[in-house]
Amino acid sequence: MAATIIQENTTAFNTVDVDPITLDIIENALKNARFEMDATLFRTAMSPGIREQGDAFPLIADKGGLMLAGQFGSFIQGFLNGYDGTIEEGDIFWLSDPYTCEGAVSHANDWLVLLAIFKERRHVGWSAMFGHMTDVGGMVPGSLPTNAITIFQEGIRIPPVKLYRKGVRQEDLLKVVLHQCRMPEWAGADLNAIVAACRMAERRVVEMCDRFGSDTYISATLKLLDRNRRAMAQLIATSVGEEKVSFEDYVCDDGRGFGPYKIKCTMWREGDKVILDWEGTDPQSESSINFYLNENMLKMFFGIYMIMVFDPQILFNDGFYDLVEVRIPEGSLLKPRFPAALSCRTHALGRIFDVLGALLGQRQPEFLNAAGFSSSPHLMYSGYDSQGEWFQLFQIGFGGIPGRPFGDGPDGHSLWPGFTNVPNEFLEAYFPLRIERYETIADSGGAGLNRGGNGISIHYHFLQDGTISIHDDRWFTYPWGVHGGNPGMRSTKTLVRKDGEREVLPSKCDDISVRIGDVLIYNTWGGGGWGNPLDRDAELVAREVRQGLVSPQGARNYGVVLDVENDVDEAATRDLRAVMQENIKTSQIFNSGPSLEELRERCLAETGLPAPIQPVWN
Amino acid sequence: MEYRLGVDVGGTFTDLLLIEEDTGRTYRSKVPSTPADPSQAVLMGTQKICDMAGISASDLSFFMHGTTVATNAVLERKYARVGLVVTDGYRQILQVARSLVPGGLASWIIWQKPETLAPLECTIEIPERLDAQGHIIRELDEDNLRRQLETLKKEKVEAVTVCLINSFANNAHEQRVGKIIREEMPDIPVSLSSDILPEKQEYERALTTVANSAVRPTVARYVQNLRNELRAQNMTGQINLLRSDGGLMSSEKSEELPVALLMSGPAGGVSGALWIAGHAGYNNLLTLDMGGTSTDVSLIENGTARVTRDTVVGDLTVRTSSLDIKTVGAGGGSIAHVPELTGALRVGPESAGAVPGPACYGSGGDKPTVTDANVVLGYLPASLLGGEMKLDVAAARKAVQTIADALDISLMAAAAGIIDIVNENMFGALRIVSVQQGYDPRDFALIGFGGGGPLQANAIGKLTQSWPVIIPPGPGVLCAYGDATTRMRAEAAQSLSSRLDNADGQQIEEILETMAGDVSRQLVEQGVPVLEQEVQFEAGVRYQGQGFEVVMPFTREGFAKTGLDQLAEAFHAEHEKLFTFRLEAPIELVNLRVTVLGKRANVKAIKIVRGNGDPREAQMGVTPVWMDGEEKQAKLYDREKLRAGDKITGPAIITEMDSTTLILSGHVADVDRFGNILINPCA
Repeated sequence: MAATIIQENTTAFNTVDVDPITLDIIENALKNARFEMDATLFRTAMSPGIREQGDAFPLIADKGGLMLAGQFGSFIQGFLNGYDGTIEEGDIFWLSDPYTCEGAVSHANDWLVLLAIFKERRHVGWSAMFGHMTDVGGMVPGSLPTNAITIFQEGIRIPPVKLYRKGVRQEDLLKVVLHQCRMPEWAGADLNAIVAACRMAERRVVEMCDRFGSDTYISATLKLLDRNRRAMAQLIATSVGEEKVSFEDYVCDDGRGFGPYKIKCTMWREGDKVILDWEGTDPQSESSINFYLNENMLKMFFGIYMIMVFDPQILFNDGFYDLVEVRIPEGSLLKPRFPAALSCRTHALGRIFDVLGALLGQRQPEFLNAAGFSSSPHLMYSGYDSQGEWFQLFQIGFGGIPGRPFGDGPDGHSLWPGFTNVPNEFLEAYFPLRIERYETIADSGGAGLNRGGNGISIHYHFLQDGTISIHDDRWFTYPWGVHGGNPGMRSTKTLVRKDGEREVLPSKCDDISVRIGDVLIYNTWGGGGWGNPLDRDAELVAREVRQGLVSPQGARNYGVVLDVENDVDEAATRDLRAVMQENIKTSQIFNSGPSLEELRERCLAETGLPAPIQPVWN
Repeated sequence: MEYRLGVDVGGTFTDLLLIEEDTGRTYRSKVPSTPADPSQAVLMGTQKICDMAGISASDLSFFMHGTTVATNAVLERKYARVGLVVTDGYRQILQVARSLVPGGLASWIIWQKPETLAPLECTIEIPERLDAQGHIIRELDEDNLRRQLETLKKEKVEAVTVCLINSFANNAHEQRVGKIIREEMPDIPVSLSSDILPEKQEYERALTTVANSAVRPTVARYVQNLRNELRAQNMTGQINLLRSDGGLMSSEKSEELPVALLMSGPAGGVSGALWIAGHAGYNNLLTLDMGGTSTDVSLIENGTARVTRDTVVGDLTVRTSSLDIKTVGAGGGSIAHVPELTGALRVGPESAGAVPGPACYGSGGDKPTVTDANVVLGYLPASLLGGEMKLDVAAARKAVQTIADALDISLMAAAAGIIDIVNENMFGALRIVSVQQGYDPRDFALIGFGGGGPLQANAIGKLTQSWPVIIPPGPGVLCAYGDATTRMRAEAAQSLSSRLDNADGQQIEEILETMAGDVSRQLVEQGVPVLEQEVQFEAGVRYQGQGFEVVMPFTREGFAKTGLDQLAEAFHAEHEKLFTFRLEAPIELVNLRVTVLGKRANVKAIKIVRGNGDPREAQMGVTPVWMDGEEKQAKLYDREKLRAGDKITGPAIITEMDSTTLILSGHVADVDRFGNILINPCA
């Protein structure tokens, strides 16, 4: 099965020499075009998830489908392998089923739009973008059912189809799909916005072909890919060793009471090639925490983590793909078999970044960051407002950026590019909600020479009866610290009923009924600390106590004793630090807190929730 | 005789322009800036230029001033210690900000978060609460407030900001809190978010108001000094400052609203461009104001510069109106480098600044800059600057050679490459203000000014295909022209959230009436009588559910009857122009804005003598330049001696006191009757 690209003009492109300056200019122009895609999207999309929080990702690819500008690597090849029809000028494709595109998108909420770019009836490249729809139907509002056991419960699945056929929009198709969504206006507008963004990129690529000549443009794209490849080859040779390093981390539970699920990766180099082998990762889950991981996307994540500190201005592309080999066991959490449920893949997606960071950092400790807010927790709240109109909120939360060699982790920020919070005054104006408290949680960032960022506490006061869903993680295992830094605090969710009764809610849950006057306390987790907290400037610790970022008790994690005025008690601090320094036993790189066994034993007492049951596979 | 004085304070020089209103006769002057206290240079220059014209300060009817005092306070983070009062539960409003980490995937690894503008230890949260409609949910606890103000006193704050949740809908609590603070801390200036920015979005409102407080003491001190000194010289005319949106406000008003001055400097350039190009008959313009460390670009359509709602200075973005000026970190001092890993040629954003400056300045700089590349290529001939400053050509060549070596190309190719890259960066910025807003740059002329604009403008015109490329006379003092020729301005905005299809036109017209009255009174207080005022209306409109509004100008006459329908149709059309599609969705009216302007300055541009079309009289010789991959001989001209009607064919270099204009081969320059150089491609 393979797609056929139909070009009316099949003249081959000539390979021409491109001087380095022209090359840099084309690189810049591609970068600008990508930003124009984002700008178009944000200004015209309607769902808060896309337009306020930026949950959408652009791509400009070369003729061969490799990413020239974008963030998540190219998903063109997966589409080409999964689509067996023709691709013509004026066609615009649309899909959302991860199983039909090799995981180009990883759950059905992400709608992917792509189009082939033609110049003088010759194919010169691709533009594409996917964005997260607030709702695509299925068993729960928001279409991210924690306890789904097949993808058929997760809303409409769109295989690769033509949304536009030679420039004509397929209205019936659109009507059928939007009819499945609980928020059809948002989905329709967001889809429009994504199409407009792709067309913007198309125009820019055609203009570049006009300006420089198509031959030069095509040759330049090849050179850009090659430039990245050379840079990465050098980086790989110097920073990845031939001996194997491994790291494992966990998704705490699957929302059905089982967990934790292990994600393990081993990295080594063979010649100029890096192997990332996910052998040892647990088998797929029965519920929806599976992450259908696209190998190319993983290569991109890996590459960006490698290069970020060396030439941040670079326009990162796919040129180095053959230097990285990714092995993912079939039937594992990261490559589940159809029709496994996929909707809540965000936790595994996030954890992969912690694992990659840890793998690279073991070889180059000076670049090692602690574990962070490597997920995007969600809250869904829906129901009928006082006018009888359906409302549906999908909100992404934020937390602590990890402690880093570059400094403290910011409090309550996003690790995902372009994500922002939704202004609370906006929420209160458009949803039956009041945000009573919006602050970061003192001491939740792990202590360290560089402190981990604090998690956020949001108090949602519900003003209408409705239903909520929660997706979060790291409530059972800790975000680890490094180089002597402490782990960050774990996440918690508490529902305070109007009558004052408090209920601890699981980290992942659906269909929780809330009533007018109930308050949900949604606490996210903090980032791990970096470096020995006893080395942190005591005055800075005291200042952070006055700022409310660290509590007086929390200051003791840094060996800092304060007086009643919250000024440093220097003598007591010296003594306490000396004692604490004595007690530091080993100098291990990672500190994830207690062992899994201990965590299980203390789970109910510490979290108010039963420990997850170890899953067993045949 | 009425005299108008425009004064623009730059990093290196303070430029002054005195205009005799009736004749249009101008006097130009330049004195070195005095960064420690910029008002010294202003006063010195004022004295100097008055002497030149044979008048005294008391003869000045208008003193108009573009200043970077507020801008520099932000860039150098010289902020007042600001106390912030927020609603209970929101103490960390500035700490959390919008949770955004700028940059792409993994950029959090290297991002340094700036310190909050109001320190967290100087932020207090008080019991009170309004809902989104402005109803009081929780009464203000005044005793609690008074107790907590002790913390702010103890922290020795120099200014206080109040930003309470949903205060855009009802300012009662903020007013009351402000009153109590004034009672408790009588010497401390207080800014209320419902005064500064009565709009939804708590973080942006808080940040904008805090920014106002943070620069307030610095700006107030400066403005008061200046005013006192001028008044001491019997200058009784109006003293006005240029706002970021290109209008003027009284010096007293600017003390209360310094956040409106953040783009005062660049706004002068755009206003100057408007005025001078307008006289020459060009009303659709792209502006290119290139300085040492950065370049400002903007778009002018039908004689009006676009206005944006966000003002960006360094890492601070506040919600105040400013001319839609994009700044790129590319200027004469931008440093070229080749990262070892990728072998790509990068120019900027690091800059050699004024010290040590480009290598060719011979002040100890050895990094290759854009200016060095221009010297290597022969575009900035060393011999031309006479006694002013000697350029060290050898040092420039040595610096640029490091780039040539890293890229394994010739010295000239490296220098040309640096120029091409920096031009491309500026082209990128020009695209943002033109193409990305739905404008075709080919429909615009390009005006280049600032120290470096005249050197690069021809090349950038080739990229944008914007002809003619205009180099105004005195491109280095264009900002002062802007300061001297623009109008008084005040505005007010109000958040709404109503659907156009069920909005009440009558009610909206009443709101407009009230707003217009308020703003008009403000300008009366600043010395502009009602008869001289011009009122403009704008609405922020979007499809319901969208996050960004499109700003639509409209007229109030008959609004109650047909205004809403007209607005809807105009919005559909504008949306389609900007984003290629329109929607069936309901349209939402997000906000209303009223702007009141004073009368235009009646200043004529002065005409130069007409020649016979042959510029031979002005030619000073020839000089070798590297252009189009080979060495060519460029003719050198003295701009002072050019006459109207002269025609110059490229390659050519035209020099004057404060800048150098480059005309590329294949292009021809005409001198118009106002002394503008108009560059076009050869037919």
